[in-house]
Amino acid sequence: MQLTGAQALIKSLEMQGVEVVFGLPGGAILPVYDPILDSSIRHILVRHEQGAGHAAEGYAHVTGRPGVAMVTSGPGATNIVTPLADAAMDSIPLVVVTGQVPTTAIGTDAFQECPITGVTMDITKHNWLVTDAQDIPRIVSEAFYVATTGRPGPVLVDVPKDVSNAQMEWYWPTSLDELDLPGYYPRTSGDPASVLAAAELILRAERPVIYAGGGILKARAAGVLRELAERTGIPVVTTLMARGAFPDSHPLCLGMPGMHGNYTAVTAMQHADLLLALGSRFDDRVTGKVSTFAPDAKVVHVDIDPAELGKVRRADVPIAGDCRLVIEEMLTALDGLGLGPGGSARKGAMAAKRPDLAPWMAQIRAWQERYPLTYHQEEGGALKPQYVVESLRDATPDDTIVVAGVGQHQMWASQYWRFDYPYTWVNSGGAGTMGFAVPAAIGAKVGRPDKMVWAIDGDGCFQMTAQELVTASAERIPVKVAILNNAYLGMVRQWQELFYEERYSEVYLSPDLPDYVKWAEAMGCVGLRVETAEEVAPAIDKANSVDDRPVVIDFRTDAFEKVYPMVPAGASNDDIIVGPSQGEGGR
Amino acid sequence: MAPASTSTGAGAGGIRHHIVTVGVENKAGVLARVAGLFSRRGFNIFSLAVAPTDDERFSRITIVVDVESAPLEQIIRQLDKLVNVVSISELAPEEATERELLLATLQAGPVERGQVIQLVGVFEGKIVDVGRDAMTIMLAGAPSKIDDFENLIRPFGIIELQRTGRVALPKLERRAARLRSITGGAGGAGEDRSEAGAASTSDEAG
Repeated sequence: MQLTGAQALIKSLEMQGVEVVFGLPGGAILPVYDPILDSSIRHILVRHEQGAGHAAEGYAHVTGRPGVAMVTSGPGATNIVTPLADAAMDSIPLVVVTGQVPTTAIGTDAFQECPITGVTMDITKHNWLVTDAQDIPRIVSEAFYVATTGRPGPVLVDVPKDVSNAQMEWYWPTSLDELDLPGYYPRTSGDPASVLAAAELILRAERPVIYAGGGILKARAAGVLRELAERTGIPVVTTLMARGAFPDSHPLCLGMPGMHGNYTAVTAMQHADLLLALGSRFDDRVTGKVSTFAPDAKVVHVDIDPAELGKVRRADVPIAGDCRLVIEEMLTALDGLGLGPGGSARKGAMAAKRPDLAPWMAQIRAWQERYPLTYHQEEGGALKPQYVVESLRDATPDDTIVVAGVGQHQMWASQYWRFDYPYTWVNSGGAGTMGFAVPAAIGAKVGRPDKMVWAIDGDGCFQMTAQELVTASAERIPVKVAILNNAYLGMVRQWQELFYEERYSEVYLSPDLPDYVKWAEAMGCVGLRVETAEEVAPAIDKANSVDDRPVVIDFRTDAFEKVYPMVPAGASNDDIIVGPSQGEGGR
Repeated sequence: MAPASTSTGAGAGGIRHHIVTVGVENKAGVLARVAGLFSRRGFNIFSLAVAPTDDERFSRITIVVDVESAPLEQIIRQLDKLVNVVSISELAPEEATERELLLATLQAGPVERGQVIQLVGVFEGKIVDVGRDAMTIMLAGAPSKIDDFENLIRPFGIIELQRTGRVALPKLERRAARLRSITGGAGGAGEDRSEAGAASTSDEAG
């Protein structure tokens, strides 16, 4: 069967099971947009290519399937560079197809030419410049295989216009042997001896902590993580990328560690004698000053990416492998050592001589008691952002998908939401991409139309990508956006208050410029404004009742509220600041 | 024949020449990907040689880099992640057979010509071109020998000089025991190649 390269490309996406593509056409990708009209694939026309990338990320976050975005050459391609970098940092499977100028024009500074494979070389897991239409089915297969296996990540396929227009003879690779990837071997199961060593460390530990990262979610390992925690009785911290990987309502859940983590999660790690790092990467926002991080802890580090092992913290037992498979192997090893399901120890086995974790748990309970997350919503006082998050949480279904941008609102959302289900939290963790929330929420809603999707956004973030609400209105994607509008680039303001002697430099945004309600309405959304605590619940109820268009609520929140606890950048986690009374210059 | 200039090094900080040989797919853009992992960390590549292997689908890149061991370990693991990279070995200089080629055009009129020919003879090099007032000479050998030779020909007046950068293969008699193979081949189940990890696991596992 003869097809054009463009037809082969769309057919290849169909063969991969792609249901939705986020994109925006242009000159060099024109041939590929024609067969979309005849395809089963739903195309969602974004208003800016960055929106396409983040929407595809949101889709991938909640479905586990690769997100797909398609844009044109030059500026279209460079506009999607930020989502690629974001996806690389957070290991999001993303397949981006870019148009390119014809092969004969490459290198001539042609109109809308940009060497996007070179630009994205360091921020994609791999990328391809297609030079022969005959290669398209194979390269698309390779792209999806690379994006979704091993440590997931973004890939880019750059297709010159003459390649799209050229004829090719259709085929479809049916086995991995037909792919040309001689250097790509994603690892899967762990080394048995190391898994056994890890299990023995677990049974010797007196103060163990499971340090669960985003890899748990990528490996679909939330179920076995719970089994491991319950069988061993080991408490679990869930990093910003792992919120929901272990239920917040579970008695063993300590919540989020790190710079704005809660006191107990941070301090339990500091005092631990064993850290089971599962799909986490010792990010600087988690460790604080590395040399003083968890000084007494032996480390078992499980990651599918061998380059993560020992990158930041030396692991006593490094295990390269898929989190789900390795945890299953650990459970088997624990069986062998006498720790069966339910945590019962077999007589005479190693598990029977296991240290009692009760003193450790008592210490943890004492910390939780003494240092809970706190804020105070005064009656008639300024609206506290934490109050908004808690009100939203209480007024929405438990499996609501929450999407955040980056900054104070993101931290409050992570701290005050109660994540009891995996894949209900979508945010930009590693890259910290402001403007992520609105387009990512759209992608999440497209991926899970059955679930309520709330974006919790900041006013600064919202202004970066709000135009995608036009996309949401036009495509009838009823996302809901809560803007925690404190009229500032709040996180930067917080740092200037605490560390720059309240010298506020270029952080003021104004509460009512733009007018968020009018802006929302102009984009086809319902717009609401909330200025007092009493108005919060009715507004949320109203928003929840709208299901045919997006809703935006402009919550006018207290500009002076800061995110606590806080470990100042570069400081030891031992020096955690619990609240304003301990902060310099705090109010 | 020991490559003295490379096997010692700055010493104190652990900085020294490392030879990394990288087996890659012989495709466009692969060299840029490999080089990028060094440049993005601000490490200078001291020398670089690339050519197809006996199987022309693959090339071997020989990189000599001055870097401390710890960051190199990380670079090697990142190299391993490149889809186009098939295998990586780090060769300790004392465990490698290294060769390099030098071409030089010297100022050498009728008077100096004899001295140059003599010197080239001692080093077992070759005269590859002779002009009225200049000669082009070639020498292949261990990098230290090339260094020595370069110093000796300098007084004649170098018009142009080009070295290839070194290529290296592991020494045969120690190959099985000492080659520190970091990657390559089918990375099957449980094949954790972490050097630091393997070393440190043993004291816990016992």
